[in-house]
Amino acid sequence: MECQNCHIQPATLHFTKIVNGEKMEMHLCEQCAKNKGELMGQNNFSIHQLLTGLLNFDQPFKKHSQTNSFTTFTSQKCEKCGMTYEQFAKIGRFGCAKCYETFDAKLDPLLKRVHSGNHTHSGKIPKRGAADLHIRKKIALLKETMQDYIEREEFEKAAVIRDELRSLEKQYGNKKGE
Amino acid sequence: MSLERFISKAISPWMKESGPDDDIVLSSRIRLARNLEEYTFPILTHQHDGEAVLNEVRSHVARHANDDLAKLELLLMKELEPIQKQVLVEKHLISPHLANDAPYGAVLLSEDESISIMINEEDHIRIQHLASGLRLKDVLERSNEIDDLLEETLDFAFDEKRGYLTSCPTNVGTGMRASVMMHLPALVLSQQLNRIIPAINQLGLVVRGIYGEGSEALGNLFQISNQMTLGKSEMDIVEDLYSVVTQLIERERHARETLLQKSKVQLEDRVYRSYGVLQNSRIIDSKEAANCLSDVRLGIDLSLIQGVSQTILNELMILTQPGFLQQYAGERLSPGERDIRRASIIREALKLNEQ
Ligand SMILES: [Zn+2]
Ligand SMILES: [Zn+2]
Repeated sequence: MECQNCHIQPATLHFTKIVNGEKMEMHLCEQCAKNKGELMGQNNFSIHQLLTGLLNFDQPFKKHSQTNSFTTFTSQKCEKCGMTYEQFAKIGRFGCAKCYETFDAKLDPLLKRVHSGNHTHSGKIPKRGAADLHIRKKIALLKETMQDYIEREEFEKAAVIRDELRSLEKQYGNKKGE
Repeated sequence: MSLERFISKAISPWMKESGPDDDIVLSSRIRLARNLEEYTFPILTHQHDGEAVLNEVRSHVARHANDDLAKLELLLMKELEPIQKQVLVEKHLISPHLANDAPYGAVLLSEDESISIMINEEDHIRIQHLASGLRLKDVLERSNEIDDLLEETLDFAFDEKRGYLTSCPTNVGTGMRASVMMHLPALVLSQQLNRIIPAINQLGLVVRGIYGEGSEALGNLFQISNQMTLGKSEMDIVEDLYSVVTQLIERERHARETLLQKSKVQLEDRVYRSYGVLQNSRIIDSKEAANCLSDVRLGIDLSLIQGVSQTILNELMILTQPGFLQQYAGERLSPGERDIRRASIIREALKLNEQ
């Protein structure tokens, strides 16, 4: 496919942009994509190489995109690594794990942009490091099951689960107390 | 060193195994990004922390005597020659970033080179597992096992809401990049791929060329991978990728059939010309070599060419990269010298292959 701007180079970057709810596709070569930088930073470009472009305040498009939520920044600083939000926006990389907590309030819109509308993890949970979380998830699941049994008046089964829940909650309580 | 020995050392053992759908899918890969909670991410890391991270991983691995981790060999970037590093990059065992911009970088490699764990790359730990053919689920399972072994004593940065915390927000959540390397000559030849790529992009997957400057696809080799890492489980991401890849396989097979039915002579002409070029040229640049290798591989898959091994495409694509050419020559080569060396290695390798 050739670049739809210069019609010379092969198109190597393909993105979709949503303008007023209407989908627009663009197929550009690297050079033209760079030149079109002023178009980006607004709306919904879904390509991660362009992330720094999305966040970058130094680009000329800044003044055209006052509605962009990323242009309203404060000089908040991560207490562990010292990174500010402006620095993060410039390099597109966090300095440490604590940065996620520090900039949490700003992350939902950013993460949604990059991850097709998602901002919450629903994948793997570390076995040892997040053992508590595993137990909490199990407790929540057991509670639901118990409720089901109670509603169906299968009280013996519900009692079995209640006992299991008690020992789990005890275990969890002990862990927290450690 | 004889070319035969050089090739056998140069080609990762996992590449020689056959795998499902390996007429079209050359390899499957899973990469998991992990960080240690205690330390700043590598972009901010100073010497002290860089070495501390390295030592933590090292001493963790040393505690394992009888499992997958025990057999890994550690290579420190600062102890390798530039050409050695380039060769590791060309074999896809380390990233260019680790080779060139990671002062405290290291890699743990398994003997068959199917597992590589990069340390102090963009993230503290990047687990990579590779296998031939379309085997995403196996590869994911194995990667998870390695991840669990590492997590036994290392404290990973993890948050209930955001998942595994990574330096770049594009990796947060699962920290997983699943990818598949595909040879799609018939879809390129019939100009169908152009129309398919935007549709694949809409599904949150990225298509890019593997070799060549920028993202031009040399040798009709493409990498399909997930773009989003947050909000879906590892298995769901892998299943979405898998279903797109199986559809691409169907379409590529169909396009190959059509070519055979409608323009067999033209196809044979193209394949044999390319074979002739590879057998006879004295100077060949990487672009021409890649195109001819792709044609010959297509010829092999369609039984137009007999007696040449299927793996010739991936083997020679790797062997004729600049790092390998220079390592085999034992000296630095100018681009012009490399084109001569490339032609000669291809001629010799084809002769070896025919025997
Ligand atoms: Zn262009
Ligand atoms: Zn920080």
